[in-house]
Order: sequence, then C-alpha cells, then structure tokens
Amino acid sequence: MPVLGVDTELMQYSTVFLLLGSAVALTFALLTLSRLLRPYHPTPEKEMTYECGEDPVGSGWLRFNIRFYVVALVFVLFDVELALVFPIATIFKSLTAGGGTAALVAFAELFFFIGVLFLGLVYIWKKGDLGWVRSFRVPTEQGIRSWEQPKQVGLAPSSAKRIS
Amino acid sequence: MLSLGLDASAVGWKLLPVLLVFGAVLAVVPLLVYLERKVCAWIQNRVGPNRVGLLGPDGLAQGVLGFSGGGKRILGGLLQPLADAIKLISKEDFIPAQADKFLFSLAPFFALLPPFLTFVVVPVGADLTFGGTTVPLIVADLGVGMLWVLSVSSLAAYGVQLGGWASNSKFSLLGGVRATAQMISYEITMGLVLLSVFMHYDSLSLREIVQAQATYFDPLLGRLAANGLGSWGVWHQPLAALLFVICAFAENNRLPFDMPECEAELVGGYHTEYSSMKFGMFFQGEYIAMLAMGAVISTLFFGGWHYPGYASVAAASPNLAALISLAVLGAKVMIFVLFQMWVRWTLPRFRYDQVMELGWKVLIPLALVNLVVTALVNL
Repeated sequence: MPVLGVDTELMQYSTVFLLLGSAVALTFALLTLSRLLRPYHPTPEKEMTYECGEDPVGSGWLRFNIRFYVVALVFVLFDVELALVFPIATIFKSLTAGGGTAALVAFAELFFFIGVLFLGLVYIWKKGDLGWVRSFRVPTEQGIRSWEQPKQVGLAPSSAKRIS
Repeated sequence: MLSLGLDASAVGWKLLPVLLVFGAVLAVVPLLVYLERKVCAWIQNRVGPNRVGLLGPDGLAQGVLGFSGGGKRILGGLLQPLADAIKLISKEDFIPAQADKFLFSLAPFFALLPPFLTFVVVPVGADLTFGGTTVPLIVADLGVGMLWVLSVSSLAAYGVQLGGWASNSKFSLLGGVRATAQMISYEITMGLVLLSVFMHYDSLSLREIVQAQATYFDPLLGRLAANGLGSWGVWHQPLAALLFVICAFAENNRLPFDMPECEAELVGGYHTEYSSMKFGMFFQGEYIAMLAMGAVISTLFFGGWHYPGYASVAAASPNLAALISLAVLGAKVMIFVLFQMWVRWTLPRFRYDQVMELGWKVLIPLALVNLVVTALVNL
C-alpha cells in the first residue's frame, strides 16, 4: 500500500509551498478587492503621522533604549547554545536505551552545555542586565552616589524604595 | 512523465490536507472574531453583537428578501464577522507620507503568513484510506518537525518589528521594539521547553509525538491500556506544558503580554498607522496564530487528534475514526482558543519590566531545571 508523505524530503516541501502560495494568493485577492472598492482621497493632514492629534514632532525614528540591544545580544547567545543542544536532546532516549557509557557521555555533554548556559545566565543576572528597571541616582548624606543597584522591582514591587 | 514515483491520483490526494487546513482556517477565523466579542461580552455581563443576523428585525433575510421572521432575532450577531469584513475591505487605506512605503506594505504579510505555515507539520487527523491509498492528514511530515514550528513562529516578530519601524511613528516604533524584545525573550524558554519535550518523546515529528501519546503502558495493569490518556504529554511534562502555554501567550502578544499593542499607552502600538485591509491582515494573523498555538499545544501535550476508543473505532471503520479524530482535534483547539480569550478578558496587562523579568529570571531558569530533570529521569 503506497503511503503518501514519505517521499523524498524535498517533495515534502511542495505542499508547504502550496499552502504558502494559497495564503499569499488569498491575501493579494483581498487587497485587490479592497483596492477596487475603497475610496482614495489623500490630503496632507490625513497622511500625517498620528501623534494624538498634534503635529508630529520630528521623525518617528528616534533613538530607543540600549537595553533592547542587550536583550537581542543575549538572545543570540542563548539561541545558538540551544541549537547545539537540539541534536543531543533528540537522540537522548535512543542512547540511554542502549545503556553503557554512551548514555553517560551524552548526559555529561548535555549537563556541560546547560551548565555553561546557566553560568552565562547567572553572570548577566549578577551584572544587572536582566533587570529592566536598572539603576538611578541615589542621594545620600555623602552626596549623590552614582548608579546604585536598586532592589529587584519587577515581581516584588514593594521591596524597591526610592529615596527622595 | 516525471519519474517521481507518483501517479496523478496520489498527487491529488496530497492536496487534500492542504485544502483541509486552508479551508478550516479560513472558515474558523471569522467565527473566532465573533466568539471573542461574545466571550468578552459575557465576561463583562453584556450581550455582545446581536443585531447583524439572519432572521428577524434588521436581519439579512429581511434586508435582502424582505422576509421578516417575526419579532425575535434568530441567530442574531452571527453575521457580524461578515459585516466587519465588508467594512475592512471598503475603508480607505492610506500610508503615512513619512512612512517607508515598501516595508509598510510588506509587514502585514509577515503577520499573516507565519501562523498559516505553523499548521504545516501539525497532523490534523488520523490517516484516511481511499481505495488502497493511505492519505495522512498532515500537510507535510517534515524531517525537522517541531523545529519548523519554532522557526516559522519566530518569523512573526518581523511583521511586528517592520510594521512598527516602517510607520515612522513613535508609538509604532516603541510597540515594535518592545514586541521584538518580548518575543525573542520568550522564544528561548519555548526552545528550552521543546528540548525536554523532544527528549521525552524521542522524536521531532509531531506525527510520531501523537502516536507516542496514543498508547499507554499502564503500570498497574502491567500491559498497554486501551486509551492513551495516561500518556498525554501534560502528565509526563507538566512544567513544560505550563511554560509552553505561557510562552504561547507571549509569542501571540495576547493579553497579559500585549505590550506591543498596549492601547492605554501606545495607542495601538505597531499597527497605529494601519488601516483598512492591511490592519485586517494583522487582525486575522492574530486569530490564526491563536488557532496554530492551540493546535501545537494540543498536539504536544494533550494527545493531538487521538481520543480514547480510537483503536476500536478504527478496527471497524478507519475512515470514520479519522473523521472523528478531525473533530476531536478541532474540539481540543477550540478549548485552547476559548482559554486564551478567557485569560484575555480576565487578567490585566503586565508592566513591561515585569514581562522581561518573568521571562528571563523565572521562566528560563525553570525551563533549564526542567531540561536537566528530564535528562536525569530518562537516564
């Protein structure tokens, strides 16, 4: 009995592209229909960028917080580590089923990888890169101490105190 | 004739799952929009949309045919999605003068297409048999399996980010940047959770994951039990299931995690400047993503299309069993979609620092622990 869907790997993607193609075609059809039906009366006011009814001030492409960049950077590191662990995780049971040292080696490798990942997490946690509300100037009797690390604000907001 | 080893009818049968998935998604999305509004209304003790119906006052039958079904509104509100669609299509669509026009038009596609592609590797039902040909109800049983879902669903971040950036609006930019940071943060947890899930099932293929959940070795009876309820992933990987559901909310930008949209502070976030059908594409994309995540969660942790008694029905009539399995997966997906709606209208929004700290300081360590424990258990 011929079973479909177990052909070559490349043939599998034919149906994927079919689904993608149908979705794209449908979207274009809707956009075209909309283009035929809808009115189009542009005015300079209408095409202005929305800023709560005021004239927009400057460009919308403003500088945003560097912390987003740090998050992206850390994400890349974690994701690469993740990609390297996928092969071990997928064949882990087959290795342990065989018994012997192969399973132990696999577990040690996995543990090593996760350990490195975890150490990295601890490092950036200690460094304060995981805390979103990070630091602010704390005035004391000795004057302004610069960039103190506040208590964790996120999940236990009551613990953070701003000294005014 | 190409020597692909396939005859015409075999190619024809291959189209069946594609049509099934495409048709089902298209048919269900308008229903979900209606359902969301109804669920929201019920939770807030309102009636919800009840005017645009079939029969009764201001119904379709009366409006088109002049036929009045009496004083009661029968199926009131059920045609609301149709009215919404007509309105979305016929509204003026303008691009802000300051915007990057190409990327502005490209972004909605990235919002709509990735959730569609998620369905590719999800087996929507048991195999059908037609005249000696077995037709698996899966669009493509790719070798990469679940990794496909992970990679495709992360493409959705492009839609939000491009839309936010190309609008050249401050609200949109902030929404887009927030969304990207949130989605990539929760993607790490999702990946770690999937590692332990793969380890448990010893497979990447969702088809094999469903089969692994179909049989259950009952330790009390000392033999294989008839139903697979006991081997549902949620019993064996409870923490993974919980983390995955949380990440699904964050990936879909649904309410406790709807930072990118955040209408109270960012107006509409990344889609502030969008109108007409381009907004409609973002809108549809969200509902398709809900469906897709529901399908993935049910397949990974709740047995997929499998149901108790499948084996006995399949022995009598395989095709009937396959049809029931389609309905069973549909029901499981709907339960998760309703759960997402329930959560949306019940919980308030997190603060942004809470979202990031929950992701990095709670979920990732938990997922790492879960992975090591899974490895130890399977050692």
